[in-house]
Amino acid sequence: MTRLPPWADVALVPLVSLLMAAGISALVLLAIGQSPVEAFNVMVDGALGSAYGWGYTLYYATSFMFTGLAVLIAFHAGLFNIGGEGQAQLGGLGVALVLLYTVPFPHWALALPAAMLGAALFGAAWAAIPAFLQATRGSHIVITTIMFNYIAAALMVYLLVDWLRPAGQMDPASARFAIETRLPTLNEIPGLSLIFTRKVPANVSLFVALLACWLVWVLMWRTRLGYEIRAYGKSEKAAAYAGISPFRITMIAMLLSGALAGLMAINNVMGEAGRLVGNAAEGAGFIGIAVALMGRNHPLGVVLAAILFGFLYQGGAELGLWTSIPIELRTVVQGLVILFTGALDQMVRMLLGVFFRPRRVPA
Amino acid sequence: MDYAMLLQVLDSTLRLATPLLLACLAGLFSERAGIFDIGLEGKMLMAAMSSGAVAYLTGSVWIGLAAGILGALLFALAHGVASITFRGNQLISGVALNFVASGITVLIAQSLFGQGGRTPPLSGAARFNPVELPFSGALSGVPVVGPFYAEVLSGHTVLVYVALALVPVTWWVMYRTRFGLRLRAVGENPASVDTAGVSVVRLRYAAVMVTGVLCGLAGAYLATGLQAGFGKEMTAGRGYIALAALIFAKWRPWYCLWACLLFGFFQALALRPDIVEAVVRVKVPVPFLDALPYVLTVVVLAGLVGKAIPPRAGGEPYVKER
Repeated sequence: MTRLPPWADVALVPLVSLLMAAGISALVLLAIGQSPVEAFNVMVDGALGSAYGWGYTLYYATSFMFTGLAVLIAFHAGLFNIGGEGQAQLGGLGVALVLLYTVPFPHWALALPAAMLGAALFGAAWAAIPAFLQATRGSHIVITTIMFNYIAAALMVYLLVDWLRPAGQMDPASARFAIETRLPTLNEIPGLSLIFTRKVPANVSLFVALLACWLVWVLMWRTRLGYEIRAYGKSEKAAAYAGISPFRITMIAMLLSGALAGLMAINNVMGEAGRLVGNAAEGAGFIGIAVALMGRNHPLGVVLAAILFGFLYQGGAELGLWTSIPIELRTVVQGLVILFTGALDQMVRMLLGVFFRPRRVPA
Repeated sequence: MDYAMLLQVLDSTLRLATPLLLACLAGLFSERAGIFDIGLEGKMLMAAMSSGAVAYLTGSVWIGLAAGILGALLFALAHGVASITFRGNQLISGVALNFVASGITVLIAQSLFGQGGRTPPLSGAARFNPVELPFSGALSGVPVVGPFYAEVLSGHTVLVYVALALVPVTWWVMYRTRFGLRLRAVGENPASVDTAGVSVVRLRYAAVMVTGVLCGLAGAYLATGLQAGFGKEMTAGRGYIALAALIFAKWRPWYCLWACLLFGFFQALALRPDIVEAVVRVKVPVPFLDALPYVLTVVVLAGLVGKAIPPRAGGEPYVKER
């Protein structure tokens, strides 16, 4: 097979994959009698055309950075965690419990670390059982994490309706968190308020997410644990021979993964909603898969891919508002991006190989 | 729980086990050939939408069934191209196609009918109607066996009996035909099949296509037999539960039947809070019942499955020696 130069492998392959996914999405739109050009214009206009649109795009991107990192860590350990959705829902529960039932926090800066701890603990706990079953019984982690998504959905309905809902309230949601714990949004931060003149949902969690991306990079490429995780993911046998415990790595990688997925709750539950509502994660856990694959399993790639999917998500919402295109178009594009970047990358490489000087390497 | 109640639960067990069984056998063909298929869910969903939509538009459930199979085949082909021709990651391809199916079914149903991603309710010849087995009336007077025959076995749609018949058929194909032998070989040691001069690629494509047809039956049954029309995300994780059943059955046809009946029984229990409460003697909240099949799936997967060894070459793309 033709070997591509490194820059093409890193930048061109994801880009071409993305264009192919977009192309097929356009065909789908044509097939259902919609105009892809108009749809694209509405998306760009609504998500990137104004600071206000960017405020939403970055808000979604924040969540996707957390869930993308969650999938990334598991991927590096050779584990496919599709349970990010359930872990993110449980993270929301952790945030709500900390903010509603522990001490009254005088300031958001004190509430944030506590809420992060709650979110991470609950997210990790939800990943712990599938991780343990994978590590000890070899139970297929893809199936168990999917099952835990369904179980989480049912659990959250039960808790919201029967326990967290204040007396006399109709909709299944928790009480509002104290006003002191509200995270500053980008339009309230000095300096940034010059750019974001209207109230936007993107909040300081964005900086936490960026910090998390850097920390994950440090962990994966600058520490012994990260090396062990990657070694285990590359070859289980070789890692075990080198004295790396499969049980330990499976558990640690999945707990970290669950904790990161749970952490997204500081963005949507604490930052945006200010209370716990039903289905708070809105599929962000699943988008993490596309983000990690598109970002080539690297934290920097995750940041860029998260912004791209933030655009897709916000743009898709605009489509739902201004056109008759159903919002589910987002799911189609998301699936196609996963397909092209994760499963058809060989095809993309073969196609690109035509354009580069074919340099045959012996197999 | 008296006998009449038990019969009711067993009756819905058989109804609910059918889509699981069809999907489970579908997965069996693919995985025995060495292609993991997480995408059973998406293929079923696609088949449910196509069959529901076409059955409504044409008024014929049979044309609907054909459309359902076609829809599932399309996704099976995509999975084949990704995982056989381009040697991609089979898990990721399956998950990706599930997302595509989840979105595109709503997109198409919405653009056709404008009812929020559902198809209009089906009735009459546009859906599969119950079939009375012969002598069910005459035999119902016989104690114990009679009511079982009349209540549980009789009165299902034709696809239920097709699914049951497919179990011995699958066994026969797998263990008594040349195709089956080669199929199993290609899942264990593709190089040996290749050496014998049989095309690995063609065999695997054939297996993936059979998977598509069976998923088509499963999805069509959901939309035109079990329920009257397609609804958004109506598969509700059945594709994954079928995979759990397949692992539980250790990739063997007859065990698939028992595993799917067990999981069907769990789903039937979730529909009967009165029975569950009579057994555990505590009031059980509805969300717990909703979660029950998924919890029990995990329990079975973790606790009851002994050592489940998948086909040896499963998940590995075959690279011909050069």
